Amino acid sequence: MIQTLEPLLKEHPFFKDFHPEHFRILVGCASNVRFRPGEMIFRNGEQADHFYLIRQGKVAIEVFVPGRGALKIQTLGAGEVLGWSWLFPPYRWTFDARALEETLAFALDGSCLRKKCEENHDLGYELMKRFSVIIIERLQATRLQLIDVYGKPGEALK
Amino acid sequence: MTAAHPMIPEPWFVKRVRKETHDVLTLELEPSRSDISFSFAAGQFNMLYVFGVGEVPISMSGVPSNRGMLVHTVRAAGAVTHSIARLKAGAVIGVRGPFGSCWPVEQATGGDIIIVAGGIGLAPLRPVLYTLLRARENYHRIFVLYGARTPKDLLYKKELERWRDRFDVEVEVTVDSAASDWQGHVGVVTTLISKADWDAKNATAMVCGPEIMMQFVIRELQKRGLASEKIFLSMERNMKCAVGFCGHCQFGPTFVCKDGPVFSYAGIRHWFETREI
Repeated sequence: MIQTLEPLLKEHPFFKDFHPEHFRILVGCASNVRFRPGEMIFRNGEQADHFYLIRQGKVAIEVFVPGRGALKIQTLGAGEVLGWSWLFPPYRWTFDARALEETLAFALDGSCLRKKCEENHDLGYELMKRFSVIIIERLQATRLQLIDVYGKPGEALK
Repeated sequence: MTAAHPMIPEPWFVKRVRKETHDVLTLELEPSRSDISFSFAAGQFNMLYVFGVGEVPISMSGVPSNRGMLVHTVRAAGAVTHSIARLKAGAVIGVRGPFGSCWPVEQATGGDIIIVAGGIGLAPLRPVLYTLLRARENYHRIFVLYGARTPKDLLYKKELERWRDRFDVEVEVTVDSAASDWQGHVGVVTTLISKADWDAKNATAMVCGPEIMMQFVIRELQKRGLASEKIFLSMERNMKCAVGFCGHCQFGPTFVCKDGPVFSYAGIRHWFETREI
């Protein structure tokens, strides 16, 4: 028997307490994806037409620095959300994302979602609230990284 | 320790010096006399005296039940700790202690344990883990959540691997910054707290690291529903006498050397949240 995406998608923490009607609208924009270890999920500057709900595995968000190579700035794992550039113009990724392990995720089509959010502002507001929490958490974590809490005074993080 | 006076250091021999990272080393010390007996509880500290240079408070990082040896992990950061970092096997160092309060390992029996360490903060928490693992059946789930600056700043790498290989301890390590060859987590240590599956109704958190890190860790623990009474911190202040005489380490109405360094967050919350204390 082929299992539909819906029950698995519902289990992802991103959809905790999500309104069933909103979920029904959104599920049509979702698909199952799999990335091999080392595979690039997206690259800086490319069109951001999806976001990903990670089910299993580990993904690194990287920035390529000429002369220093790819620097990992964050890793994400099961239950976390990858990508919000699909939400805001110009809809382009600003970092690279690479699978560190075999990674299973749901990909949600950004243009499909944006269209549905324009048609249903309640859905749009709900998604915006959920992404705002993620963005704030990542911003706070980034600030803490910038503080360089483990460094000695005058020592810069390389 | 059997010393004539708590202010008089006993000479101990440096038995071995192990380099942990580029600026952190672990000293193994053995007593210079056979009649010196030493015992401590996880979380306590000693005053280490480099003769002619000065004295610094350093937590014990070894096995509490090992009476014949003292283990201290030291980060070379100031004049005294740089002098400690230059000591070789056979050198003599003065030791006063043990001083201060300890981690609540007995109070925490029956529940989940969340050990959150940042940087050199893993050193004062290592004796906790030794103690917990000796009586593993007394605790439910044990989490070790450890954050460091970069992969090369991680302490006790082999031991972390050994703990990770056990099925009864969950060890998660993250670094703030890493190159592409690092396969572990990247991100601040607070991000590990939300990922760990512990029971807020029956858990105890023991936290040690830079104060700013502990602030954010407390927020994250509380967000998950852990009560202030169940959060314990190891505080650091300018400890000089270590017995509550000099007042250098005053923290609100307490002295960190005598009433701490391990405090319940509920007990010091007001002062912890006040700037410049």
